[in-house]
Amino acid sequence: MLDATEGYTTADGRKIGGVVMEMKNITLRFGGVVAIKDISFDIREGEIRAIIGPNGAGKSSMLNVISGFYIPQEGEVWFRGEKRPPVKPYEVARQGIARTFQNIALFEGMTVLDNVMTGRLTQMKAPIWAQAFWKGQAEREEVENREIAEKVIDFLEIQHIRKTPVSRLPYGLKKRVELARALAAEPKLLLLDEPMAGMNVEEKEDMSRFILDVNDEFGTTIALIEHDMGVVMDLSDRVVVMDYGKKIGDGTPDEVRNNQEVIDAYLGVAHD
Amino acid sequence: MPDQLIYAMEVTLNGLMAGVLYALVALGFVLIFKASGIFNYAQGVMALFAAMTLVGIMNGQVPFSHLINAIFGTHIHYFGWQVPALLAILLTVVVMVILAWMVQQFIMRHLVGQEPIILFMATIGLAYLLEGVADLMWGSEIKTLDVGLPQGINLWIDETTYGIFGYGFFIDNLDIVATIIAALLVAGLVAFAQFTKQGRAMRAVADDHQAALSVGISLNFIWVLVWSVAGFVALVAGIMWGTKSGVQFSLSLIALKALPVLMLGGFTSIPGAIVGGLIIGVGEKLFEFALGPALGGATENWFAYVLALIFLVFRPQGLFGEKIIERV
Repeated sequence: MLDATEGYTTADGRKIGGVVMEMKNITLRFGGVVAIKDISFDIREGEIRAIIGPNGAGKSSMLNVISGFYIPQEGEVWFRGEKRPPVKPYEVARQGIARTFQNIALFEGMTVLDNVMTGRLTQMKAPIWAQAFWKGQAEREEVENREIAEKVIDFLEIQHIRKTPVSRLPYGLKKRVELARALAAEPKLLLLDEPMAGMNVEEKEDMSRFILDVNDEFGTTIALIEHDMGVVMDLSDRVVVMDYGKKIGDGTPDEVRNNQEVIDAYLGVAHD
Repeated sequence: MPDQLIYAMEVTLNGLMAGVLYALVALGFVLIFKASGIFNYAQGVMALFAAMTLVGIMNGQVPFSHLINAIFGTHIHYFGWQVPALLAILLTVVVMVILAWMVQQFIMRHLVGQEPIILFMATIGLAYLLEGVADLMWGSEIKTLDVGLPQGINLWIDETTYGIFGYGFFIDNLDIVATIIAALLVAGLVAFAQFTKQGRAMRAVADDHQAALSVGISLNFIWVLVWSVAGFVALVAGIMWGTKSGVQFSLSLIALKALPVLMLGGFTSIPGAIVGGLIIGVGEKLFEFALGPALGGATENWFAYVLALIFLVFRPQGLFGEKIIERV
């Protein structure tokens, strides 16, 4: 059912396109510890791709490799048909890969709106003097960026806290603001690091709905990490399963669910 | 109106003017501390370095002339030209930007993620290095700085107050100019931080490094920018102090006066630096005026520090600083 160039059609009838990002034989070490061992997988346009695994499996490390926070010792990262040289995280962001963090990294001193607007920073091109006086190109850009930010805020239903400083918000809303900031950048690939961690059932349901809606409405390609199996299986089109830095499964949720190695990893079979 | 009250008013005005200069130095500290968590001990020396460079350029001095002469046995000291003040200031700004880049490139970049105390030690090293380089470049003698700012008693204020109180206030023109320039500088900084992409990125970096990276901000670039802005503020402070009391090495000690200002205003607040500077300026002048004679005079030397100490006990985050709450 998988075609290298053509993509595929999901069970619910969504068309998935070609490969956006491809990881080829990635190995990442910290000193003597091997965090990721020879892993390859791809992410396709318009799909929701999950990376799952037990604690310490190397999921977050993998996300950090994609977003440029870690540089792997071996392997190649291909983005939109081009091999990516070792780059800094901010360069990755400028190429159109936005992310959220497991332990929320927001600008606590700013309002929700200001936080979301920082997602538009890389899109501002007007010269500095024009920006300082809000003239010409700067004014147009500002209006345009503001519109996009407001659209995202509406979409994620956080209008009522637009002007609230982020530090005053509860955990669940902070997570949503972080998602809004990432979305404001209109990313070609959106990385979510445990978007549901530490949430109660209701918040998890909300977040799941937003992730599905974002994918549906904007066609955003999403790669997410989660260790809650149930949530992931309902959300994602394809799943990579990691354990102890190795890939032990890759496929649709159903394929993965029936994979013996995956079952062992999750139920805890003794490793020899 | 009783004479004492009229004198106190004059003292207060003079205190405000002095406070503006303290605030200027404190501002440089706050900028760097907010953006990078570095307490830049070298801020005062940067003001000295900037002022010396400005004088050196204006007088057409050959940089490192003593060194050159010692090595090659020559006797050159001056190019023999004078550079107009405005051009010299622009050139000094360029020098300060280069300095900022060098500090980031050769020192701070290698210390990212280190303990605050290590960063602090690095800036102490930087302070002594910079002082040595300033000495080597421009010589150690006291220089007068005159960029054309008005000086001397403001006659209008003198006459007006004489008309009202029968006693003329002595307010220095230079102090008035310094106040106006400081106000413009702060307004400019605020506009920069609020409205420009670079300013917003600067605020973002000040708030959270990781988050800043994830929205496409280069930390390295922002830190060079912050050190450049701090260098510019140092230049303005250096011009004011240099014009007032000559460009000399004791200028670097004004950094110490900025410390109590920061304790009062909070290390992370730009309005705090300004209000703190004004409070210290007015406070020490009024205190000297009111209690100085009874306490044997020279209270200005210690008043600011005692006030800071009291603040440390009762409100350690300062007037405007962020409250430090640690969850247990």
